[in-house]
Amino acid sequence: MSQEVGVEEVAEAMFDLVKQTHGKKNLKPMDLIKAMIQKFGDDRCSKPLCKKAIRELIDGGRCIYSYIGGSYVTLPPEE
Amino acid sequence: MSQKERKTPLVDELEKGPWPSFVKEIKSVDNPKAKDLLGVLERSYQDKIGHWKHGGLVGVMGYGGGVIGRYNDLPDEYPNVAEFHTLRVNQPSGWFYTSDVLRKLCDIWEEHGSGITNMHGSTGDIIFLGCSTEELEPTFAALTELGFDLGGSGSCMRTPSCCAGMARCEWACYDTMGLTHDLTMEYQDELHRPPFPYKFKFKMAGCPNDCVASVARADLSIIGTWRDEIQIDQEAVREYANSSELNVLEDVVERCPTGCMRYNGQLEIDDENCVKCMHCINVMPKALAPGKERGATILIGSKAPIIGGALLSSVLVPFLEMEPPYEDLKELIEAIWDLWAEHGKNRERVGEFIQRVGLGNFCDEIGLDVAPEMVIQPRTNPYIFYEMDTADY
Repeated sequence: MSQEVGVEEVAEAMFDLVKQTHGKKNLKPMDLIKAMIQKFGDDRCSKPLCKKAIRELIDGGRCIYSYIGGSYVTLPPEE
Repeated sequence: MSQKERKTPLVDELEKGPWPSFVKEIKSVDNPKAKDLLGVLERSYQDKIGHWKHGGLVGVMGYGGGVIGRYNDLPDEYPNVAEFHTLRVNQPSGWFYTSDVLRKLCDIWEEHGSGITNMHGSTGDIIFLGCSTEELEPTFAALTELGFDLGGSGSCMRTPSCCAGMARCEWACYDTMGLTHDLTMEYQDELHRPPFPYKFKFKMAGCPNDCVASVARADLSIIGTWRDEIQIDQEAVREYANSSELNVLEDVVERCPTGCMRYNGQLEIDDENCVKCMHCINVMPKALAPGKERGATILIGSKAPIIGGALLSSVLVPFLEMEPPYEDLKELIEAIWDLWAEHGKNRERVGEFIQRVGLGNFCDEIGLDVAPEMVIQPRTNPYIFYEMDTADY
């Protein structure tokens, strides 16, 4: 079995995806999880790992949860 | 126009009469937010539209739920309620408080917010109405210092709620408060960090009376039941029969929805045909009681009308023992969440998801064996289309 990818690497890839889609498409946590599993492969990336990565992005303040009809992971508003 | 000069003749009409008035309550609050709140309401009555919008980017650090952003669309006219966010505070199971802690909660809210609450909201949470964005974090910090936390909102697991169960009621077939507390602790992540396509609600009812209306309002309804015979005290039944308060034949036996009772000096119940409507137990509480082999029926899929129309729950598991640590229940919950979170559409409740994919397929995917008791309501056909190899019943 391949070695599992690190939380930081997944978080970084998620952050890049949120940045790329900012203003074009809102992403739900599950959208991010599916994208990461597709990117890294399900042998290296799991749902629990992705949840940890989302938590790291949110707790670190790089992303926030926003409510726009449903709950999404987005960039924080610009000051 | 200054605060004092603002007239609210339409709103004032709702102050008249002997009953409690929300207008009177709001007017009594010594806070400029309260005055502007009534001003916006007066304007809404005049214009016949609500001057509010909700959603957005408000919250506390790390959480994706618990704060519902509220803004009025006339901020220049009503600046004190330009931001008037709602805070949902996770209530204790069964809504038990000391008067002391209620005072402290109110002190926090008077210091940081409008001082107005409509506790409890229909979600079950303590509701603080009217927080500005800059006061969200200080309010949250004060609440956590008091031992409270925010509840759920958005696409989170919503704050689980329950009836008072064994703390206040003789009919509770399982410890609703214990289960509610356990699920709240177990699923903190799902409560605060929205992982789902849309909201997911648990409501725990101790018996089929379903005082928390879980069958109509919860994505997963956990309703206490029993699977042996109703306990009968024949002497107490005869006391009811001999009293002038109750006609056992007319008021009990003939009102049994399945006609499974007979009385001829001795009450007989065909328990296999009892649908647990609770009527006989409710009207003869001294004579009848739920059976001794108790647990819960798990139902899935109810919701209020938002988006796709109202749904009632359908039976998913006819009987499940409800003892800590509730491993079977949690295994079921997590299987449901995994499937729905991955395949549900945005803003699709689990009941709507099931309608789309079919309940038979849904059960198949979560690995739940079919049972003939899986019905939408008693005395209807099961929703499972049985294959020959599963039709052993």
